[in-house]
Amino acid sequence: MEKRIKVVVAKLGLDGHDRGAKVIARALKDAGMEVVYTGLRQTPEQIVRTAIQEDADVIGISILSGAHLELMPKIVEAMRRAGLDDVGLVLGGVIPPEDIPKLKAMGVDEVFLPGTSLKEIAQKVSKLASTKRGIKVEG
Amino acid sequence: MKDELLNRALNGDELAISKVLTNIEYATEKGLNYLSELAKLSGKAHTVGITGIPGAGKSTLISSLIESYTASGHRVGVIMIDPSSPISMGSFMGNRIRMQDKSLLKNVFIRSIASRGHLGGFSSEAIMLTEALDGLGYDRIIVETVGAGQTDTDVMSVTHSVVVLVIPGTGDEIQALKAGIMEIGDIYTINKADKPEADAVYDAVKFVIDSGEMLFRDEWKPRILKVSALKKTGINELVNTLEEHAEFLRQRGLFDQRVKNRRTKMVELLLRRRLYDVTSKVIENNSETINELVKEGYINELLTKLYHEVKEKL
Repeated sequence: MEKRIKVVVAKLGLDGHDRGAKVIARALKDAGMEVVYTGLRQTPEQIVRTAIQEDADVIGISILSGAHLELMPKIVEAMRRAGLDDVGLVLGGVIPPEDIPKLKAMGVDEVFLPGTSLKEIAQKVSKLASTKRGIKVEG
Repeated sequence: MKDELLNRALNGDELAISKVLTNIEYATEKGLNYLSELAKLSGKAHTVGITGIPGAGKSTLISSLIESYTASGHRVGVIMIDPSSPISMGSFMGNRIRMQDKSLLKNVFIRSIASRGHLGGFSSEAIMLTEALDGLGYDRIIVETVGAGQTDTDVMSVTHSVVVLVIPGTGDEIQALKAGIMEIGDIYTINKADKPEADAVYDAVKFVIDSGEMLFRDEWKPRILKVSALKKTGINELVNTLEEHAEFLRQRGLFDQRVKNRRTKMVELLLRRRLYDVTSKVIENNSETINELVKEGYINELLTKLYHEVKEKL
């Protein structure tokens, strides 16, 4: 059987709004991916341990608190320490556009702002799984 | 076979364990080699299946079991199966949410897998991962089934002890008397026992067990326990009853017998999977011929032709 893309979707930090994360997780499922949804208020260490045990191809983070510039370096660092260099990292949430270059420079592969279509998100996540992990993607 | 990744996994490196499990899950050539090596070391773990309808509280109960097992020094492996979409083949696996406070505990390895279209709530993947975790030295392995309900019975053939979770408010004695999930438990736990209807469902399950001696597996009379997974009451009693059941099996030589059953099932499912793949390919290659021959009334001849093609490709 062909490898299916596995994605861990998590809420990093303390904001309690998980609707967006659930919508994305559901959309990735509908695009044929196997999504592990871990829910609210995760620490970088928890998310990375989950990604290790699940052998995730991509980690999807949702942050609506505005703390992305403080929180994302921590998860990038935790991933590096755990040896997850070949795992994709994407971020969604209320992110000021001027922060995107900073996030990409620190190692975030994709940033999705409000209004991005679900189709585009699914395509970019697939592409990331393909470039980082060599998983064959249809179409 | 000397393999660096497998050696690292055997030394407890979690990323290596995870990669080994993925290879096994997809039954790659490498994965089957790893499985062969690990099967030589396995057979020691007490394997526990947890089943019950969606929302019965399986994941929350497992979270409590993890806590209890690790506190007594066990290494715990957990396999959680969630359904795959028949349309997209994707899966939304949300069982980890109920055990996030356990996610940093040492000596616990949790893996979610998608059912990928297997009926009966159990898949070859789940059995292979059980075998592998056992071989990797996890001595308590918990398998959570899809929770499809009445047909979710395959779990019986592959674990030592089956815990069926029942919750108040899901029907009367008549539901409890129906065939299927209510026949497979070694331990029935009435979860959410703090709810008012818990006594009624307890009585219904008790009636079914008291009148069901013809179905007792190996003369073990199933137990009924009241627990509240959320309030963490009744968990010690559940753990003690599980240990008692394992001891019961050991004394009768049935512990090893269950491992043998599991392995037979694993090989059966792997073989079926191979047959399934070849069959799908043959059907795909013949889609036009199939329609023509059916239209002309040659179903018997068609089946013979396809059968021979399948045989050639195996």
